[in-house]
Amino acid sequence: MNIDSIRNGIVIDHITKGRGMELYYLLGLDALECSVALIRNVGSSKMGKKDIIKIDADIPVSFDVIGYVDPGITVNIIKDGVIADKKTIAPPETLTNVIKCKNPRCITSVEQELDHVFKLVDRENTVYRCIYCEAKAK
Amino acid sequence: MRSLIDILDLTTEEIDELIATAEDIIANPADYADCCRGKKLATLFYEPSTRTRLSFEAAMIELGGSVIGFSEAQSSSAAKGESIADTARTISCYADIIAMRHPKEGAPYVASLNASIPVINAGDGGHNHPTQTLTDLLTIKREKGAFGGITVGLCGDLKFGRTVHSLISAMSRYDGVRFVLISPEELALPSYIKRDVLEKKGIPYKQTSSLEEAMPELDILYMTRVQRERFFNEEDYLRLKDSYILDTKKLEGAKADLCIMHPLPRVNEIAVSVDRDPRACYFKQVLNGKYIRMALIRKLLKEAGTI
Repeated sequence: MNIDSIRNGIVIDHITKGRGMELYYLLGLDALECSVALIRNVGSSKMGKKDIIKIDADIPVSFDVIGYVDPGITVNIIKDGVIADKKTIAPPETLTNVIKCKNPRCITSVEQELDHVFKLVDRENTVYRCIYCEAKAK
Repeated sequence: MRSLIDILDLTTEEIDELIATAEDIIANPADYADCCRGKKLATLFYEPSTRTRLSFEAAMIELGGSVIGFSEAQSSSAAKGESIADTARTISCYADIIAMRHPKEGAPYVASLNASIPVINAGDGGHNHPTQTLTDLLTIKREKGAFGGITVGLCGDLKFGRTVHSLISAMSRYDGVRFVLISPEELALPSYIKRDVLEKKGIPYKQTSSLEEAMPELDILYMTRVQRERFFNEEDYLRLKDSYILDTKKLEGAKADLCIMHPLPRVNEIAVSVDRDPRACYFKQVLNGKYIRMALIRKLLKEAGTI
């Protein structure tokens, strides 16, 4: 399968196999006008299989979202056809309005204007809890 | 601005200091009778409460201050759809400190982010109720002299009981405490509390479903209610409910200096006949609640530079 290389844009690499679609939607890539390729089950010497996303435009992407969905992902910034920057993303300390608290007893369930904020409470197991009700992010 | 949302917002040194102040208030009430003169406590209670609201109000009045507020959401602007943030900003213009109870978890925290005065969480749903934990700690300290070297039995609904979870978190920061967890399997303490609090800190505990069996080793017996709605089927509830009702017979094997506690309100989990037993401490606990709230209001107003 051939996907053209990109001249200016972003390659999100080393996505855990099967998580590419979740990341695609959480990053809002479905709303972009430019070419976006989600490639699933790509062979990888390190991971066995992995997902890759290629975005054919130099747009800002949320590293917080990436770090939350799948820490360890590599983000390559491509400029003039070469890798200009390479970032390995760690889970962010806080997540603001990336995911919603699903606890029906949480104050965010009735006060619509509140930001949905989650804090990283266990880095080893990537556990996030709502700052209001302390419910675990699901 | 310093607020109290979760018992773990306080260090053990601060809890010790609050307990010492409460004991001094009990011994020398006249020394504190004017310390909040001219200051106002706003009690914002979005759901009914007898003990907690009146305890806060009595506490502020005994410190020489006064009280404003509401006791149900329907009589506040919440009924018109006002946000917690706006209410907190508004009340900050009228009062010096807020005590808030709300059925939604995290509401007092939202208030604390928006108020320019201290906010005390007076209970947010099944989440936190730090002044109940302070009350429990003061009671244990007054009845037993210290937290070390005692065996605390927690009985009843250990799965959903917020007072039990907070008490375990707070007491596990002191050395020498041991827990006996007495509950039906259906209402056992959540495994994350056992793992993250008890086991992580190496605190000895044992689990049993028999109150009678645990009784002889207890220094404190903390009762909670086993509620019908917590069971998946009526049969299990009917089979188990009487096992966790404390009566004089179950107390036969207990230590002479056992301290029986309950956050109240009680429904039927402690027989009325136990009230006459000198080991029943739950009404002393209510009184202690007022004193520890006096100590807390004073501390937060002092830290805010209000008094």
